[in-house]
Amino acid sequence: MTKILQVKDLELSFHTFAGEVKAIRGVNFDLNKGETLAIVGESGSGKSVTTKSIMRLLPESSSEFKNGEILFNGKDLTKLPEQEMQKIRGKDISMIFQDPMTSLNPTMTIGKQVMEPILKHQKVSKAKARKVAIELLAMVGIPNAENRYKMYPHQFSGGQRQRIVIATALACNPQILIADEPTTALDVTIQAQILELMKDIQKKIDTSIIFITHDLGVVANVADRVAVMYGGKIVEIGTVDEIFYNPQHPYTWGLLSSMPSMDVNEEKLYAIPGTPPDLLFPPKGDAFALRSEYALQIDMEEPPPFFQVSETHYAATWLLHPQAPQVEPPAAIIERMRTFPGSRYYEATGGRA
Amino acid sequence: MVKYIGKRIIYMFITMFLIATATFFLMQTLPGSPIASYSKLNDTQKAIVEKKYGIDKPTPVQYAIYMKNLAKGDLGTSFAFKGKSVNDLLASRIKPSFILGAQAMVFGTIIGILLGMLAALRQNTFWDYGSTFLAILGTSIPSFVFAALLQYYVASQWHLLPVGLWNDGWKSSILPSLALAMGPLALSARFIRTEMIEVMSSDYITLAKAKGANKFEIAFKHAFRNALIPLVTVLGPVAAGLVTGSLVVEKIFAIPGIGEQFVSSIMVNDFATIMGTTLFFSAFLIVVIFIVDILYGVIDPRIRLAGGKS
Repeated sequence: MTKILQVKDLELSFHTFAGEVKAIRGVNFDLNKGETLAIVGESGSGKSVTTKSIMRLLPESSSEFKNGEILFNGKDLTKLPEQEMQKIRGKDISMIFQDPMTSLNPTMTIGKQVMEPILKHQKVSKAKARKVAIELLAMVGIPNAENRYKMYPHQFSGGQRQRIVIATALACNPQILIADEPTTALDVTIQAQILELMKDIQKKIDTSIIFITHDLGVVANVADRVAVMYGGKIVEIGTVDEIFYNPQHPYTWGLLSSMPSMDVNEEKLYAIPGTPPDLLFPPKGDAFALRSEYALQIDMEEPPPFFQVSETHYAATWLLHPQAPQVEPPAAIIERMRTFPGSRYYEATGGRA
Repeated sequence: MVKYIGKRIIYMFITMFLIATATFFLMQTLPGSPIASYSKLNDTQKAIVEKKYGIDKPTPVQYAIYMKNLAKGDLGTSFAFKGKSVNDLLASRIKPSFILGAQAMVFGTIIGILLGMLAALRQNTFWDYGSTFLAILGTSIPSFVFAALLQYYVASQWHLLPVGLWNDGWKSSILPSLALAMGPLALSARFIRTEMIEVMSSDYITLAKAKGANKFEIAFKHAFRNALIPLVTVLGPVAAGLVTGSLVVEKIFAIPGIGEQFVSSIMVNDFATIMGTTLFFSAFLIVVIFIVDILYGVIDPRIRLAGGKS
């Protein structure tokens, strides 16, 4: 598998009046060609900031790369001059935002907005760009694209607007598509349609997708691999099956337990207690320790390194240290682990085939 | 759209009718009369003059006659300028006023917009503070102070431009236009700055950046038109400000414009001329507000459609 993007030891801070907010505190991941990597985590975990920093969309005046590199085609994006970055944005890496109601320019026809990256990055005539834009709109499922091409965003529904944003993002066949919660603002039926559309498109143009979401149901649907972020760090990363059926980090346990499930008959939905850490004063040890009932003494002192669970599965928790005591994950998690070959609760007979 | 415009035009006539009526009766409550200054006349002579101008009749009759003439476009005869009709008086004075107003409006808004853009795009720098300072000056200092300052320095001390009157062609219009332009300039600069900062932080601007647009394209192709929308709404009041500003500024520069005419006709209680100028200014404002509303639709497609439906 070819690695198309490598993020190494990325650290990024925001300078605010209150002080330095360490929004990303050492993030490592690779993105392979053609795969979908989901980044999950609660609000403020740094998932959006991580992807915005890949595209360098954060305000230059207040954000600062403290350490690390983002390697794309051998180039370190953190050090690229702005003009070089403009050639990459919208051409090699493009982005879809959360709220389609606000991410289109209200005073510009949608045709112009879809055409913009084509005219910007490819040496083509306006007529040709228009043709491509109409094809793109038709591809993402805008009916009657030739006529609707000249319409304004307010004449489209939320789902259609998100399709238009997707068409714009695909205009130059990007190698990486970053989708920042693209379905969060849409209702459930439209969500499903947009997810289908994105999967279709990925097959067609063989792009890699970074999919940010806090909806684990969406993750199971679209992702090949999952990175779980907490407090500005990735705490666990692995394939979808590994994260869903053999999770190792207590935070991942908490996330999965707080997902409504058909199998569990509990009356009350689980919620992770406490609040996310204040990244103005990040905790010394494991950022999740204060909210975790599985926290060890060392979690308060020193941040855990990544322990390898399998070739593709890593988790940053001291629980995986050889000297750590064995703890019982929550019942719902054990239930999941029973079905996963290779987990310590795997039951060969009871597992789902 | 045609229906909308038709409706608006009917409303404009109704507004004019109401303004004419209100002004007429307000005028009747003023102390003094147009012939009060003719102190040499005895009572019989006064009665003759009053009869000549029709002000001996009861107020409702006067009103009926005035409105009938107004409907025909006749604004009556001036009391102060003997034998001249108000229509002729105004016609000869429209040009200087129009030139001053138009120049002040165009210059003020364009420079104001540029300053506002500069301030927003270079937020918290010298440019931002400088343009904000200028905007505060322009808002808080009345135009007649600028007029006096410009006259004193540019005209009287440095002898660059004429100090007043309307004898030097375009040159005569520069200083009064500048004095008038400070208001619109300050207002546009403040509006555009606030709005640009707001627009620049919106999602579609981030998306434009994510598409690879450079700073220039983002500011002018994407942000500018959206930032312009609220400014268009205040252009009506700005035009109103220009009208009131022109009353004073034209007087200071001794420019034979409508504003100057208005002020001098008030001084001598020249009823017909006061009515005429008031109606003229009102008509001007109503038309400007109408144009602004149409412009609003041109700039913002969302409004255009809403207007079309009604």
